[in-house]
Amino acid sequence: MQLHLDIAWSHLRTRRRQTIASLLGVVLGVAFFLAVSSLMRGSELDFIARLVDSTPHITVSDEFRDPNVQPAVQRNPDAAVSVLHVKPLTERRGIRQYKRRLEQIDAMPGLRAAPVLIGQVIFSFAGRDEAVTLSGIEPARMKDVTTIEDDIVEGSLEAIDADPNGIIIGRALAQKLSLATGDTVSVVSPVGNVRVMRIVGLFHTGRAAFDESQTYAQLTRVQALLNRPNVANTIIARLEDPYDARTTAARVERLTGYKAVSWQEASEDILSTLMVRNVIMFTVVGAILLVASFGIYNVISSVIMEKTRDIAILKSMGFRAGDIELIFLIEGLAVGAAGSVLGFLAGSGLMWVTGQVRLAVPGESDPINLPVYWGGGQFALAMLFAMLSALAATYLPARRGARLAPVAILRGAA
Amino acid sequence: MSAILVAENLTRTLPGEVPVTLVRDVSLSIDRGEFVVIKGPSGSGKSSLLYLLGLLDQPTSGTLTLEGEPTTDYDEDRLAAMRLAKLGFVFQFHFLLAEFSAFDNVRLPMRRLGRLPADRQRQRALQLLQDLGLAGHEHKRPSQLSGGQRQRVAIARALANDPPIILTDEPTGALDSKSSINVKDILKELVRSHDRTVIAVTHDDHFAAGADRQVEIIDGRLA
Repeated sequence: MQLHLDIAWSHLRTRRRQTIASLLGVVLGVAFFLAVSSLMRGSELDFIARLVDSTPHITVSDEFRDPNVQPAVQRNPDAAVSVLHVKPLTERRGIRQYKRRLEQIDAMPGLRAAPVLIGQVIFSFAGRDEAVTLSGIEPARMKDVTTIEDDIVEGSLEAIDADPNGIIIGRALAQKLSLATGDTVSVVSPVGNVRVMRIVGLFHTGRAAFDESQTYAQLTRVQALLNRPNVANTIIARLEDPYDARTTAARVERLTGYKAVSWQEASEDILSTLMVRNVIMFTVVGAILLVASFGIYNVISSVIMEKTRDIAILKSMGFRAGDIELIFLIEGLAVGAAGSVLGFLAGSGLMWVTGQVRLAVPGESDPINLPVYWGGGQFALAMLFAMLSALAATYLPARRGARLAPVAILRGAA
Repeated sequence: MSAILVAENLTRTLPGEVPVTLVRDVSLSIDRGEFVVIKGPSGSGKSSLLYLLGLLDQPTSGTLTLEGEPTTDYDEDRLAAMRLAKLGFVFQFHFLLAEFSAFDNVRLPMRRLGRLPADRQRQRALQLLQDLGLAGHEHKRPSQLSGGQRQRVAIARALANDPPIILTDEPTGALDSKSSINVKDILKELVRSHDRTVIAVTHDDHFAAGADRQVEIIDGRLA
């Protein structure tokens, strides 16, 4: 093997300029691969982190995953029973015995939960009516399971405990209706109840639709307003490890009987979009390395063209076709490996520079650094791509070189 | 003397729209320690016969036995292994690897065969170069050597694995008369003192005169 390495090295060394050019191709390919993938992966992780932070890890709603089965069908599971035009019973919506369910969820390790009663109400102020979502919450529990407290820009979450008529609204909604902290607003529920509520806090998440339509008040006050005493229609939960949400949600669903949706299930469309984005990204950066591999192909092909006499003499000496192929494969892989290592350095530099770029992002009060992912997996992937490209670029010319018939070359040279 | 190389009815035809027969029905037996010269006009098939005898090419028909081993059905790898251990080639052009020194060129076949440990390989390479009058030139690249010196390096390389047969194709063809005589003397010496078989293709009558036997080939057939 050392002999093959020596011959391969001699070929690369004597064609220094071409070797450096092809090496540069791989270096740039690997560096851009790392720069792009670290940025894409970093932004993906940052996005997921924000998603995980801003949405409940598990949402238990007053719905069931599967519709109720009719007793006739339940009783004859294997029979050809079809029950048509059944009008479901009029049920009182909400999670039955939500406090007990809450205790059950609280008892699960690594899980914190909060009850919410969500309803639609009309804000009536200065002749304007605005439909908004009103969530009845328990501030002490809510703080534990959401980041809403971090988004409060005026007042505090506990203010709705202190003032039974207190309500917290989005800053965007306040601006839209020309409201300010301390102002009162009429809130009309779908059952006709009207309450005058005082604005005790403003929040700003940066998500315009949410900021313009979401409001919070004390749970018991909302229950009274919506005429639904002792009812919650949602339980939201937060996990110590958000990536456990899918399995924990299934357990919660089995435990409570109500539909429990993990953040992954709720954001499946976004996550699949991210996956498509990753496929596109790896295709693009893979294409960069593919282009770089043409440089290797070029070098190995021209070395073989130039070294046909050497191939003939090595074969006449007793080198096998496999030896010749190995020599040229080593050359290609050496360029791939050296290019990967240098590409790591150049790529790390690019990643560092990218990480220093600061951007003002909507929803963030301060400019943030571009999120760059430094995980080792992408370095391994970049090297794998580079080595595979190098191998693919070398294989054909190496095989061609190995198949050269020495006699044909010797005849031509004589 | 025992036959080291026996060719029976060797024929080599290049396929194509118009097949070309390079060697036709050649039968030849060469003894161990014999110096045989293959002569003939240009295009007569001398080199083609040499390539067949040197296992660089496979006959279309006929058989070739090397040290009692029939080689006709051997695959490429087995033929390569036989060339490595039993045959040494010296061509008209030296065909040294330009990036390697004279010493490294001579070591190449030994390194590939791996029969000797590295230190013995080094010793043998230095000894061969010294025997061929190249002491002091060991670390020179081919481009730093004269034509005669290069051809002597090529002979040293052909001898590296101590093969019983040396095949040469116009070894003096690209040399001046002084170097030519020198190379011829070396080859004769190999036969005389090392009991090695030398098969040489040449145009050079003077070179041929020193051989044990001259074989003439015309239009691919032995005359």
